[in-house]
Amino acid sequence: MTTAPVAGPADSAPPSVPAAAKQLTTTQETLYFALRNRKLVFGASVTIALLAFAIVGPLIARHGPLDYTGHLSWAPTTRYGHWFGTTLLGQDVFAQFATGLRLAFLVGVVGGGIAAVIAMLIGFTAGYRGGALDEFLNMITNIVLVIPTFALLLVIAAYLQVRSVLVEAVLIGITSWPWAARAVRAQTFSLVSRDFVDMARLSGRSQMQIIFTEIAPNMSSYLFMMFILLFGGAVLIAATLDFIGLGPSGTISLGMMMQLSVQNAALQLHLWWWFLPPGIAIAMLVGSLYVMNVGLDEVFNPKLREM
Amino acid sequence: MRRYFLRKIVVYTVTFIVAVTVDWAIPHLMPGNPVLTLMGRIQIQDPQTAQNMYHHYMRAFNLDLPLWKQYWYFWVSLFHGDLGTSIVQFPAPVSSIIVHAVPYTLALLIPATLLSWYAGNKVGALAARRKVLDNSALPVGYALTATPYMWLAIILVFVFAVTLGWFPVGFAYDPTAVRGFTWSFISNLAYHWFLPFLSLFLVAFGGWAIGMRNMIIYELESDYAHYLESLGAPQKLVRKYAFRNAVLPQVTGLALALGAILAGALATEIVFSYPGLGYQIYRAITNEDYFVIQGIFLFIIIGILVANFIVDIVYLVIDPRTRVGMEGGRT
Repeated sequence: MTTAPVAGPADSAPPSVPAAAKQLTTTQETLYFALRNRKLVFGASVTIALLAFAIVGPLIARHGPLDYTGHLSWAPTTRYGHWFGTTLLGQDVFAQFATGLRLAFLVGVVGGGIAAVIAMLIGFTAGYRGGALDEFLNMITNIVLVIPTFALLLVIAAYLQVRSVLVEAVLIGITSWPWAARAVRAQTFSLVSRDFVDMARLSGRSQMQIIFTEIAPNMSSYLFMMFILLFGGAVLIAATLDFIGLGPSGTISLGMMMQLSVQNAALQLHLWWWFLPPGIAIAMLVGSLYVMNVGLDEVFNPKLREM
Repeated sequence: MRRYFLRKIVVYTVTFIVAVTVDWAIPHLMPGNPVLTLMGRIQIQDPQTAQNMYHHYMRAFNLDLPLWKQYWYFWVSLFHGDLGTSIVQFPAPVSSIIVHAVPYTLALLIPATLLSWYAGNKVGALAARRKVLDNSALPVGYALTATPYMWLAIILVFVFAVTLGWFPVGFAYDPTAVRGFTWSFISNLAYHWFLPFLSLFLVAFGGWAIGMRNMIIYELESDYAHYLESLGAPQKLVRKYAFRNAVLPQVTGLALALGAILAGALATEIVFSYPGLGYQIYRAITNEDYFVIQGIFLFIIIGILVANFIVDIVYLVIDPRTRVGMEGGRT
């Protein structure tokens, strides 16, 4: 991804100086391509629709997600508000689904957010400072990268007697940053030697200022896409952890819905309304995030646009 | 080249030490006495037995020793292949549980990983910049890679095993089958193996196909590809070069993705009650059998390190830059 001389007006790392005069046109152009990009529009609409559901769903559910209604194994119906049916034990699937979706967003935002912050801290420092500090941070990154996050989470979560969604999200966040840190470091590295950073340095600004006013804004699109991927990854990891039996206590998540349905032989009993929704929701959420990511990549990097 | 290997070996050694230390430290960092927690769970009535059990566990954990000695003994027993004793499957040592479970996990993991990598790269490379194929392959690929492993497994069981009855619902072989190196037993194993393999393969395949597709587009837009095109090289040749360059990050990706695929394999095994490591972990978690969880964690770490090292060697073979000492690709 070297910058070719033929680079378009909105290259992945546009020179900041001449942009001032054409600021409006660049923004307009980005917006134009963003709205015209079918992948981005599709991904964003699905994500927003799911988010809306996660916010509204638990409010309109007629039962608590863990309440036993006494209506065992009902297929989806309008009676008693069991729109998604009930489980073998008589819990309302709609309420569980809505709660689980809400938790999935929480885990994604918190887990992905923490991972993104750590990745930026390490990536910026390593890429900007270089030298021995870079070597050291690189070493740490490589170690955490090699240790399988999931296996580590498994051991930690297994030893926690009471598990909360927030703790789970934090654990996921502090273990899933390495690849992102590497990416940020590489990007920083390529920006550090640019003239505008040298100019900033000559003007006597502090390191922090340079990183946050010169380097970070020039890779903001990249950082945003990184967050999206970390978000999706956190949702998937949480679902798998919950499925293995390490889900949060006292509530229900999408992964736990799948676990309980398998455990209670929902497959053999053909209770499809129990195990279909959680997987569909996760696949839709993560899939739309990924598709949105590709769309953003195409918007910000003109070379990738389809001709 | 020596520098390359030296660096790798240092990183892997440190990683191993860190992993073992973390594995040792987690139970010590958690509040409460783990032995008492365990005892509480077992609920032994007879005080004498309880007393004996308590001492047995204290000895097994080495909890009566100072911390540094406990840590030291953890390493000593590790090098003796002693990972402790399972509580649920008492008196089976954890190492023997692992040894019995590993073949099943590897039988799923290795073919699914390699085949999905190969097929995904091929399909991804074909689809890139080809309108019709891209428009059909891309959504399918995204749908697959976004699907949680266990959910695809659930769907496959529901459709092909429960509803259609084409495949068994789970387990590695029929309980009535006579175990042995016979054709009927091996075919029985293969019959039970297929669905879990397929579900792992499909999810991983989606990821590889997408990765390759995006990578090839970058390569096709790079200077050397444009230069080659302007020289009048046929599209096929340009694509061939692009593929060879795009495959390098995919090899790196293979090492990075191992952890995720492994997690998928563990979850898939649970759906199928397939007696590999994942199923053992599930049993251990539901029964709070901590030694088994810790032992399997260590085993997974070693496995991942070995796999990473193999990928490094492969990288050395396919990327000449690493051989001449330039810092290419993975560092």
